Amino acid sequence: MTNLPGLDAIIEITYLIATALFILALKWLSSPTTARRGVFAGELGMLLAIAGTLLHHGLEYKWIVIGLVLGTIIGVPLGEVAMTAVPQRTALSHAFGALCVTLVGTTEFYLRTPDVPRFMMGVLSLEVILGSLTFTGSLMAAGKLQEVLPQRPITYKGQNIVNLGLLGVAIVVAGMLVAHPEKVQLFPLIVGIPLLFGVMMIIPIGGADMPTVISLLNSYAGLSAAAMGFVLDSKLLIIAGALDGASGLILSINMSKAMNRSFTNVLFGAFGQQQTAVAGKQESRPGRSATPEEAAAILAAANKVVIVPGYGMAVAQAQHKVRELYDALTKQGVDVKFGIHPVAGRMPGHMNVLLAEADIPYDKLLDMDEINGDFPQTDVALVIGANDVTNPAARTDASSPIFGMPILDVDKARTVMVIKRSMGAGFAGIENPLYYLDKTLMLFGDAKSFVGSIVRELGGGHE
Amino acid sequence: MKLDLLTSLYVFMLAAFIGFEVIRRVSPLLHTPLMSLTNALDAIAVVGAILLAGEYHAHGAMLAKTLGTIAIVAATSNIVGGFLITDRMLKMFKASGPKKP
Repeated sequence: MTNLPGLDAIIEITYLIATALFILALKWLSSPTTARRGVFAGELGMLLAIAGTLLHHGLEYKWIVIGLVLGTIIGVPLGEVAMTAVPQRTALSHAFGALCVTLVGTTEFYLRTPDVPRFMMGVLSLEVILGSLTFTGSLMAAGKLQEVLPQRPITYKGQNIVNLGLLGVAIVVAGMLVAHPEKVQLFPLIVGIPLLFGVMMIIPIGGADMPTVISLLNSYAGLSAAAMGFVLDSKLLIIAGALDGASGLILSINMSKAMNRSFTNVLFGAFGQQQTAVAGKQESRPGRSATPEEAAAILAAANKVVIVPGYGMAVAQAQHKVRELYDALTKQGVDVKFGIHPVAGRMPGHMNVLLAEADIPYDKLLDMDEINGDFPQTDVALVIGANDVTNPAARTDASSPIFGMPILDVDKARTVMVIKRSMGAGFAGIENPLYYLDKTLMLFGDAKSFVGSIVRELGGGHE
Repeated sequence: MKLDLLTSLYVFMLAAFIGFEVIRRVSPLLHTPLMSLTNALDAIAVVGAILLAGEYHAHGAMLAKTLGTIAIVAATSNIVGGFLITDRMLKMFKASGPKKP
């Protein structure tokens, strides 16, 4: 980098400014009041970096422009999907990012071979392996989330051995390429095997594990981009990739903690299915149930209500009805808050987006750690479409498969109401003792229509 | 060359630390927009794809143009879609009425 001629210096400076803007973008994202400024900073940085790149001497623009235009045409509808579809959109964008990285890495290899330095070959292998496994893995995840693929986990004996074996072979081949970069015929293997691995990795994963998987794929996508930065000697790309990788890693750790999985468990993608949970004693013990009228009366008499939404609420598309309930109760002077478990949606933070879309103020959406101290002073905890994340057995019953998982302590509220279709066990097939407590009232029915009936009783709603 | 590599490693390490510190402060409230924003930023890989598709290559020009262009399409759709959806999400986050100081 000695004696930069003028143009190159200008290009480098645009990259430098873009880097600063990227970091600011993430910094401003820390609070909802500055977050949109963060997006603007990111856009500006991106624009600068692309403009700077286009200044490079001797570029032929035809294909660049075609690519940019086509990408925009595909990108706009992807930016306009419904909020419930954000998880699959995110998975798809991880796939696109990984595709870009893999294609660039592959091309760089064939352009540079046979004289690729050892270290370069190492990072290049890392780039291509991470990129291609993230590509197919993310496509699979998107397919499962979009429900074009079966959501049910598919497991077979020796699955982990097969998967780790595949990854192992890819790494060995990469090692051989580092030792002999001129063995061009080996290269397709470090693309092909990880492509297969990506598919195999996601096959055993069920819907409830998606938040962890998406975060992990996010991290992989970031790391592969950082590796690409090493190959191209682009500091900007290294930094953007490192930021993305760090973000994905933090979210993966959060999610794995919230799911009570060890971190190594997550790192190796072995999202073990402990779902063989004894779904025994299904005999119907009596739970107390209540009608919408009774529920409305209790809610109206309360001072403090905490609503605990789960993915079931989103599936039932009940968030707008829940907003009406929030409005009706607030109008009567009831203090209503929402307690959000980290894995309440299909990706980190998803539930907050769904509730914000329904116009519920964000300062009423409280994280598990923030809300848990409030439950003992809460008159009514209303659980809508959530199950395992409210299961007190996670705190008390060492034999429970979810023992140790952090939960929302709804059982500490004075009264608990649970809207549920039936008494059946939850997603993981684990019985929830919450439903049999004396203070618990079961509200049987579809979340949307049941909440709607309560709202009508309270004299609110738009009907 | 060797020195450049080392510099790159330093850059990576520092960026990773900054990433951890900055992102740890992002409220769980905004974790979904966080992921879509970092995803858009990550698509800065388009820079590498642009150079591949646009630069002159003595050999392998066909490969570089084809794969480079596809890579541009993939990255650009992430940039456009990522920023759009992040902003759409953030627009929805509103504080509760004028009661708040």
